[in-house]
Amino acid sequence: MKRVREICLAPAALTLITLFATPVAILVVYTLLTRGAYGGVEHPYTLDNWGRLFDPLYLSILARSFSVAAVSTGLCLLLGFPLALFIARAGRRKNLYLSLVMLPFWTSLLVRTYAWMFLLRDTGLINTALQATGLIREPLPLLYNWWAVILGLVYGYLPFMVLPLFATLERMDPSLLEAAADLGSRPFDTLWRVILPLSAPGMRAGAILVFIPCLGAYLTPDLMGGGKTILIGTVIQNQFTNARDWPFGAALSLALMAAVMLLLWLQVRRKGETLL
Amino acid sequence: MSRLLTLSAVLLFAFLHLPLLVLAGWSFNHSRFTVWEGFSWQWYGAAFRDQQLIEATVNSLIIALAATAASTVIGTLCAYGLWKRDSRVMTMSLSLSLVTPEIVMGISLLAFFQWLFRFLGVQLGLHTVVLAHISFCIAFVVIVVLARLRTFDGTLEEAALDLGATEWQTFRRVTLPNLTPGIVSAALLAFTISFDDYVITSLVAGVDSETLPMVLYAMARRGANPVVNAISTIIVFGLGAMILVSERLREK
Repeated sequence: MKRVREICLAPAALTLITLFATPVAILVVYTLLTRGAYGGVEHPYTLDNWGRLFDPLYLSILARSFSVAAVSTGLCLLLGFPLALFIARAGRRKNLYLSLVMLPFWTSLLVRTYAWMFLLRDTGLINTALQATGLIREPLPLLYNWWAVILGLVYGYLPFMVLPLFATLERMDPSLLEAAADLGSRPFDTLWRVILPLSAPGMRAGAILVFIPCLGAYLTPDLMGGGKTILIGTVIQNQFTNARDWPFGAALSLALMAAVMLLLWLQVRRKGETLL
Repeated sequence: MSRLLTLSAVLLFAFLHLPLLVLAGWSFNHSRFTVWEGFSWQWYGAAFRDQQLIEATVNSLIIALAATAASTVIGTLCAYGLWKRDSRVMTMSLSLSLVTPEIVMGISLLAFFQWLFRFLGVQLGLHTVVLAHISFCIAFVVIVVLARLRTFDGTLEEAALDLGATEWQTFRRVTLPNLTPGIVSAALLAFTISFDDYVITSLVAGVDSETLPMVLYAMARRGANPVVNAISTIIVFGLGAMILVSERLREK
């Protein structure tokens, strides 16, 4: 039996080694090299690329990326909690509602982002409608700013918050709520002092699941921010295209990956299991 | 309080679905601008006549089909192996491939291909995109198939073995048929993920391998374009239908 298992795992192991581990290892080597004149890398070996990460310019971009991810995660928590609670109490309709949450998520990130651009741009539906009703004369600058990026991220990753929250809330022992009610707790007190503390594991899992993709997001900040809100993902992409500084781009990539791995490790260590 | 909860849920479902529904509705607008001028199919017609869009769609379909086929086979085998006995290294690697930011994965693959091609003399193209897609689709396939395997009664396999079937026969005739809904569900999911990917694809695609998301991305950045509304609507409903089927199969 043991041999069958090894044969089964082999193709996946081979793929992950060639198309995931090796590429990352190459990035590690690249961080130690000097930038080539037309992109690519050249000798000699250097540690400068790692040192440049501590340049105040890049530290501030990193800080901005963290704060965008943190605000998005907070908003997802705020919006995701009532939705998860509603679904957990929906009885037989649970699966239908969960599908409704997941459906737009799996469909297409690009199209979902484009839909918001369609609504928010200067000639978009919201501005056109407001101008038609005479409420405003000039279009409101709804797109291409910090809040548009946050909106896009919250819209994109809200399901990642709802799923683990729902799982925790659904498992919650209803007799605890009855006990609270019997002992004279009003619904809002029960929510605040029983349900919220008990759903902490779901909140933690959801927060990490949302924070990680928000931190490394590229598509949403680029489209919704219109290149005005520069986040780490955009800087990395730029190093490999316009700036042609592959070694530094590689160092930035690995720094981002290290942050993501740290977050994942915090979650795995607590739960003692992996995401699968 | 339960009324407040229902109200907020209604608002949140509207938040999740209205933007796409409004976009879909507006794709039938006759006007090029955001003012409603009457119903028309003209932007769909324009989309189907656009040579660049057609070529990009064909590329996307080829890539998605190839990546789906390969990642479904590899991922299913991997899930089966993990179900027999967990491998911490494998599950950790798969989790890592799931959480690695797309931009980092794309950049590392680009660096890898460029490095490799110095020795092989090959160029970026459809094949590099397919390889990249296989690598990020595997983890999703493993998750779905493994979930299905966890509901599968392992003693059925033992019974088949006791009755004299070989391990291969057991897998082929007992386990695999039981897994079919899960495998199809995983394949549909892999297809949608591959078909929609922009970030990794744009980094490892060659000059002759533009995909539909790449064309749409460029169009979306350039400004309002009713043709994009029409294609977006087709994508949402096409992929949405696949996802619904995929979820149905998982619930079975």
